Amino acid sequence: MRTVDCNRIALGAVLRYPLRTAMMLLATSIGVGSVLILTSLGETAREYITGEFQSLGTRLLVVFPGKTETSGNMPGALTGSVERDLTLDDARALYRSPHVEILAPIVVGSMPVTYGGLERDTTVLGATHDFLEIRNWKMGIGEFLPDVDFDRTPPVCVIGRKVREEFFGTGSPIGQWLRVADRRCRVIGVLAQEGTSMMIDANEIVLVPVAYAQMLFDVSGLFRIIIQASDRGDMTAAKRDIVEIIKQRHYGVEDVTVITQDAVLATFDGIFDTLTRALAGIASISLIVAGVLIMNVMLVAVSQRTREVGLLKALGATRKQIIALFLTEAIFLAVFGGAAGLGLGYLAAAGLRALFPGFAFMPPLWAAVAAFMVAMACGVFFGILPARKAASLDPIAALAGRQS
Amino acid sequence: MIKLEKLSRNFQVGDQVVHALDQIELEIHTGEYVTIMGPSGSGKSTLLNVLGLLDSPTSGDYWLDDIHTASMNDDELAAVRQKKIGFVFQSFHLVPRMSAFENVELPMMLAGLRPAERRTRVTNALDGVGLTARREHRPDQLSGGERQRVAIARAIVMKPTILLADEPTGNLDSKSGNEIVDIMEELNQQGLTLILVTHDPKLGRRADRRIGMEDGRVATDDRA
Repeated sequence: MRTVDCNRIALGAVLRYPLRTAMMLLATSIGVGSVLILTSLGETAREYITGEFQSLGTRLLVVFPGKTETSGNMPGALTGSVERDLTLDDARALYRSPHVEILAPIVVGSMPVTYGGLERDTTVLGATHDFLEIRNWKMGIGEFLPDVDFDRTPPVCVIGRKVREEFFGTGSPIGQWLRVADRRCRVIGVLAQEGTSMMIDANEIVLVPVAYAQMLFDVSGLFRIIIQASDRGDMTAAKRDIVEIIKQRHYGVEDVTVITQDAVLATFDGIFDTLTRALAGIASISLIVAGVLIMNVMLVAVSQRTREVGLLKALGATRKQIIALFLTEAIFLAVFGGAAGLGLGYLAAAGLRALFPGFAFMPPLWAAVAAFMVAMACGVFFGILPARKAASLDPIAALAGRQS
Repeated sequence: MIKLEKLSRNFQVGDQVVHALDQIELEIHTGEYVTIMGPSGSGKSTLLNVLGLLDSPTSGDYWLDDIHTASMNDDELAAVRQKKIGFVFQSFHLVPRMSAFENVELPMMLAGLRPAERRTRVTNALDGVGLTARREHRPDQLSGGERQRVAIARAIVMKPTILLADEPTGNLDSKSGNEIVDIMEELNQQGLTLILVTHDPKLGRRADRRIGMEDGRVATDDRA
């Protein structure tokens, strides 16, 4: 039997039972489609997170107090216990490195903030003048924190847009006095920034000078130091310098961790890549279910067409030919279902893009290829049993419509 | 040429052994016209199945054109069926989703013949049974007589040496039945061995050689 004839006969059977074929298409396409949709979600999450980090600028280094051997982990931030604090003097000392362009020491915490009769808990971030440039943020109105020595504590603050709306409504906040815990500070600016970046929502933030924040929280150490290197090629040199300077100041103990944006990026990239693959795996389960359905449908087809099998045998069809015919039919069902699933998946992704503009929602090519291949493999794998069953029918019984 | 020697076919039914064919000795020459008659359960259908290589004898030998069929495996038997034997069934056994043309083409597809060759042969076969005008019709658009004519065209399209027909007129009215038998007798006159199983005594009498079966044995073997 020629392959083209085998395909023609199998295709004839696929088209002859439109309802059955439509059901199979639906089952398989849901399987393939869900692989595409879930992987596109995973990819979008990955792109979103890596995008967030890229928006920080590619020349960024972050210094954490405490030493860890595991890259990408956040020491201190998680354990809260370190041997020796990072101090403002440490931060100032880092300017000795020619590879450090600007830096910003950071202290962060949550504090009740009041104005008039209103009170809310707000993230209070202690930072310095250069923080604005490092984070690439923009001012809405007023000015950012003044360019003064790290130790100075002018009682001023810069607020996020939401904080402004909640306390001042449409009135101007500039020059008003906010109470943060038991201290007062004068509002000198409002951020233009919207959205969340690096887990901090710029809308709901009160920025104060770093030394002022240390007084508020009653701490002498820093949460971290963010550094912008002179240029991208100097990252390694900058990192080496930073570690060396801090080590000198900390009596020869290397008790800080310096991570570059690249390292963070690589870590998150890895995490979300794994997540996407896991989602693809979960979605593949529905493909296996579709495969079992194909088997079921083909078993029904064999029993419905028992007489036809008997006839084929009487006409001289070999065992192999009958297996080929039924297997081809199963593969057609799977392939058509797979193709419909690709359509469904890309359509759903397009729908998500329309609903959430600004997000990629693009199924990765590997997922599309893999889902289609798995669908086809399901057709082969789950088509074998029914095809073998057809081939092993006794011709006389089959001609009489009996299965044995 | 067909030659059966001490051929038996037993079935196990519960704890009883049924001798559907019991030590049959039979020779049928090329070009003969044979009818096999007998009551239900006499073994005539089993005999036809064995002759058509759809069923294997329990014991004994069957030579078909000097080929010893007992020593062949399933695929070899399938090849012999394909080349030498044409079947016509009481219930036609056409593939419902295929047109008359495709039904006749089917055995040649299985045999792997080239499309051009197939087209010529289907056209000739359908012409021979007078169905040229209905070649694109599906079985459900054809009358019983027309369906059986498609089946005959399909049975002879591979140019077999033997045509086996099991109650070919059983589902037809007498007029269409007669037409079907006429067509088959005409093929017989062109040299095809025709073996026909029937209940109908009138049809049975039309053959040159009439075999009567009883309890799995050849009871009578008359020649006209």
